[in-house]
Amino acid sequence: MKKISLSSIFSQLLLLFFVIVWIIPTFGLFISSLRDKDLLAISGWWTSLTTTEINEIYRMPGMEAQIEEDGYFKIKGTLFEENSGKKIESFGINSKKINEFKVGDIAIFKDESEVILDENGNYEWRSKSEFQKKKGKRLFTTSLSPPSFTFENYREVLFKEGIGRAFINTMAVALPSTLIPLIICSFFAYSLTWMRFYGRDTLLAIIIASLVVPLQMSLIPILTIYNDFGALFGVAAKSYPGVWMAHTGFGLASTTFLLRNFLKSLPNEMMEAAKVDGASHYDIFLRIIIPLSIPAFASIFILQFLWCWNDLLVGLVFLDQVPSEIILTAKLKELLGSRGENWEILTTGAFVSMTVPLFIFFALQRYFIRGLVAGSVKG
Amino acid sequence: MTILNLLFIVFLGILFFVSYFHISNLALDAYGGKSVRRYDFENSIRVIIFIAPAFIVLFVFILYPVFETVRLSFYDKFGREFVGLYNYKWAIDDPEFRRSILNNFVWLLVVPTLSTFFGLVIAKLADNIWWGSIAKSIIFMPMAISFVGAGVIWKFIYEYRGPGDTQIGLLNAIIVSFGYEPQAWVTIPFWNNFFLMAIMIWIQTGLALVIFSAALRSIPKEMLEAARIDGASELKIFFSIIIPYLEQTILVIWTLITIIVLRIFDIIFAMTNGEWQTGVLANLMYDWMFRGGGDSGRGSVLAIVIMIGVIPILAWNLYKHRQEQKI
Repeated sequence: MKKISLSSIFSQLLLLFFVIVWIIPTFGLFISSLRDKDLLAISGWWTSLTTTEINEIYRMPGMEAQIEEDGYFKIKGTLFEENSGKKIESFGINSKKINEFKVGDIAIFKDESEVILDENGNYEWRSKSEFQKKKGKRLFTTSLSPPSFTFENYREVLFKEGIGRAFINTMAVALPSTLIPLIICSFFAYSLTWMRFYGRDTLLAIIIASLVVPLQMSLIPILTIYNDFGALFGVAAKSYPGVWMAHTGFGLASTTFLLRNFLKSLPNEMMEAAKVDGASHYDIFLRIIIPLSIPAFASIFILQFLWCWNDLLVGLVFLDQVPSEIILTAKLKELLGSRGENWEILTTGAFVSMTVPLFIFFALQRYFIRGLVAGSVKG
Repeated sequence: MTILNLLFIVFLGILFFVSYFHISNLALDAYGGKSVRRYDFENSIRVIIFIAPAFIVLFVFILYPVFETVRLSFYDKFGREFVGLYNYKWAIDDPEFRRSILNNFVWLLVVPTLSTFFGLVIAKLADNIWWGSIAKSIIFMPMAISFVGAGVIWKFIYEYRGPGDTQIGLLNAIIVSFGYEPQAWVTIPFWNNFFLMAIMIWIQTGLALVIFSAALRSIPKEMLEAARIDGASELKIFFSIIIPYLEQTILVIWTLITIIVLRIFDIIFAMTNGEWQTGVLANLMYDWMFRGGGDSGRGSVLAIVIMIGVIPILAWNLYKHRQEQKI
């Protein structure tokens, strides 16, 4: 039995406080992405489990919809979409008195036509004389909406707002941008660790220095190179291979550094023994280094992949902002500008962009943390 | 470009590098055979095969650009005519630049310090508690998501509606429930910087947390036990033993977050786009890369100012590397 002291209770409460503060923003986003968009716009996500009061204005159809029945001219209809779950509390026929009538009351307009309404929003508007106007009258309703969750927002952003395509584009950027540096840096790190050649120490020092060089230093010259290259060969200056190589360049130093730190920890005798047996460096690399390095590869893969997946600047500068090339983060930023009030789109879009990182986070947290602790050093 | 095409070029791109290494190395193996005489020659070719791709990328994407950016900073907006220190003079006189420098400075002061502090405190609190690893996971989670995603999350928290309306932003809802007027948080000059910094702290605390958690385990148990037996309070132990013991780790984390903060771009770009006096150097630079057709001279000056910020860290890293090499 552990002793439960006052200070231990206090520190647990403090930790709980931190946890709550840290989780609430993401949690709110997630809940909001599942809410009905009309409710989302008028009530906070924390009220999503309670019923919400909604005020709406509805205009009934005009003369064309009328039918003759029981000596009355009638216009019938319903205010809500099917299965909306909304219940009318009160209604009005005048914008100044929107709560004048209860459900079941008969509201009488100036022209002596009357309207009755049931709580599900079915109305009947009737008049002794024929309706003459093309436009119907307005109804002001106050209804209660029960908690409702929906995947409608996800369908909307994935297929209508172009987030689905941006998701694929991001994958097409991030996957090669992770694998290419992993491939070329593993050979580079191997030669820096196990091969002797002139200038090796200088090269290593350059790598260490490059670790902290901000990528801003490279943006303008590389953009110029790409533009010149595009003009010279008559190809697009901004392209997927261009982004891959840019990400490879910016991730090269940290990938090489981490891999070299790992390779250095492998026992020298193993390489020597293999060499004596007549194995070439490539044999050693394939047969010994790769199998031993799988955990290190996993950590570095995750770091670089998340970096590329979450990047905005590189995708913004080196890709055209068109549907076939735009990446998720750039798309989200675009939506923040153009659909800034449509929170159902923003929250859902943001959550879609977070699915892959969150999956990696929960499934491979061990490797992620190992990579970070090994030295998250990124220019 | 159709999705199928995209898939194809992704495959082709990766295949290109794999086959480069495989084919060239196999060719060399075949040439070398078992002959000892050819071994040295073979090895030097092998070195070239191994390092060439990485070296070319390193040269094209890091080394050459660093010198080119320095050169461009002395040239006009098209990079054609030498203008001496003109771009630097422009920067010093530009109110936007001064504002950005100031903001960057405040970011550098606040974010690394608070992230490191929270990270250390939470690591200590979560140490030796049965639900500690769950707590750590939750606080670490923002590290996985993008700055833009985090921007959307927090923009929602800061959302502003007029005084009479129902607030859907959490912060304003809390303020209103206490009877205060709702505020458009990100538009209040100076203080809005802190609302943006909160996002970065929210993210980077996780980084500090995981590194500190690992470091805390390295503190000898006997030392802590001895202090407890001598009657030291937990608070006293934290400040007099744990913090001094972790001094190196604190420095490493602080430097790490400083580097990340120095080139902070996404959060501000997504939240305010530098308006309401929130601009920082990286945003101003991005702006000048494209504003009025792009000005490579001014953009380069801004990149160099960011670079100057990391030079002390760069020098320190190289110094440490030299020390390690000697051992």
